[in-house]
Amino acid sequence: MGITAMGFMNKIGYLFKEGFRSITTHGFMSFASVTIIIACLVIMGSFSLLAFNIDAFINKLESENEMLAFVDESYSETQAQALEPEIAAIPNVSKVEFVTREEAMDSFKKGYENDSLFNDIDASVFRDRYVVYLDDISLMAKTDTDLRAVEGIADVSAQLDISQGFVTARNIVSAVSLVLIVILFVVSVFIMSNTIKLTTFGRREEIAIMKMVGATNSFIRTPFVIEGLVLGLIGSGIALLLEWGIYTLICDKIMTSIAGTYVSVLAFSTLVLPLAGVFAAIGVVVGTFGGTIAIRNYLKV
Amino acid sequence: MVRLSNVSMVYENSGTVAANGIDLEISEGEFVFLVGPSGSGKTTIIKLLTGEVLPTDGEIYVNNFNLRKIKARKLPKLRRTLGVIFQDFRLIDDKNVYENVAFAMRVVGASNKEISERVPYVLELVGLEGREKRLPQELSGGEQQRVAIARALVNSPSLIIADEPTGNLDPVKSLELMLLLEKINELGTTVLVVTHEKELVNSFCKRVVALDQGSIISDGMDGYYCYGIHE
Repeated sequence: MGITAMGFMNKIGYLFKEGFRSITTHGFMSFASVTIIIACLVIMGSFSLLAFNIDAFINKLESENEMLAFVDESYSETQAQALEPEIAAIPNVSKVEFVTREEAMDSFKKGYENDSLFNDIDASVFRDRYVVYLDDISLMAKTDTDLRAVEGIADVSAQLDISQGFVTARNIVSAVSLVLIVILFVVSVFIMSNTIKLTTFGRREEIAIMKMVGATNSFIRTPFVIEGLVLGLIGSGIALLLEWGIYTLICDKIMTSIAGTYVSVLAFSTLVLPLAGVFAAIGVVVGTFGGTIAIRNYLKV
Repeated sequence: MVRLSNVSMVYENSGTVAANGIDLEISEGEFVFLVGPSGSGKTTIIKLLTGEVLPTDGEIYVNNFNLRKIKARKLPKLRRTLGVIFQDFRLIDDKNVYENVAFAMRVVGASNKEISERVPYVLELVGLEGREKRLPQELSGGEQQRVAIARALVNSPSLIIADEPTGNLDPVKSLELMLLLEKINELGTTVLVVTHEKELVNSFCKRVVALDQGSIISDGMDGYYCYGIHE
């Protein structure tokens, strides 16, 4: 009996139907698989969101970390302002603000309003200056050198120690979160693969029968893969909804507490797309690979 | 059809010699009983014929497939030319009678039209018309074995191998089942029945091949079941 085009379409339709049927006929094991997927994804997702927020917070602090480039005292205000394009053209400089010596004096005085000693201070004591913001704080030392090389810049004030602290903190957070996410991913795959193995163990007889009537390995495997794929997607969808609820709840608590005045959290709407993509990808990969790995041993007959 | 030349089979783990220099030829259209006590090597012969295990020595040809050299991806093609019936029926519990039989046709890529024409015909042949929607656990042992026979028959195999098909049936049902296999044989299918039920074998006048300790001890056309020294 050869395989006709109609027969082939019937076969594909049958394999999909079998994959979906298996989910309902093995309801408890499907429920167990989906629950495991949800638990693993929520734990992994929560940690990823925490790492994202820490990284975003450090980025924000970094972007507020500025350098001051002081213009030579012999330069007039007009001459000093003319340096702006040259400074802005330095690599790693994201933004430049010119501050006149009068503005610098006003700013200084504001900090010492209650101290009469500074009331009569003269603007000539101050220099015209540029407030320089950077793209990458880790390159601050190089930017410091570049700024000093600009003709007309007499001095540069850069808090290299603080910048180095931020870089170190970010590196630690990135490394720790990467290691933890990898560990959680491996644990998730292991748990899910074992759960699917458990479900297929009960169906080894069915697989042996399929082999005996001449089913190819792909014919046997496909419904399992479809089943794993669907369970993975269902699990990741529910996990995303749960993550949304948990994240929103925690964010509301933080923002209404005293901690909200010091830290800010990313809105879930900015994270939902990448998170959904990662959850779906993990659900699909774990589901299909779990299904494939789990029945591998039973296909050797 | 089936040819075993000097076939030996030693299980690696236990060192058990399950087949020892077996020579056997079964021609198209034959009905053969393969008999012998437990541990005589009957099941190993079936496993060798279905490609579940490979011989350690000798040549095996089944339906023009050389099982000594067969590649794993060719095994499904070999098995589609065979119909295998087991003592424990081996039906899929959550599929009804119709689906258990139709399933074997889906495996080979038959269309729904072909399936809907062929399955009722085969179910009628084995006397299961009207039972299509029953689940295996709703049937008697004899009926379950008939479903297994229908599944084995549905793709029109050239060889049916039945491994202790009456092992779970009472004598009346056993005889009925054997008569059904005889009828199938008369329609042109080669049948190999593995059994140790002496009276049943002796009530048919067929070729009987007796095995003991992995060797053929007799091969006669007189329909007489002899175990030799162990009987």
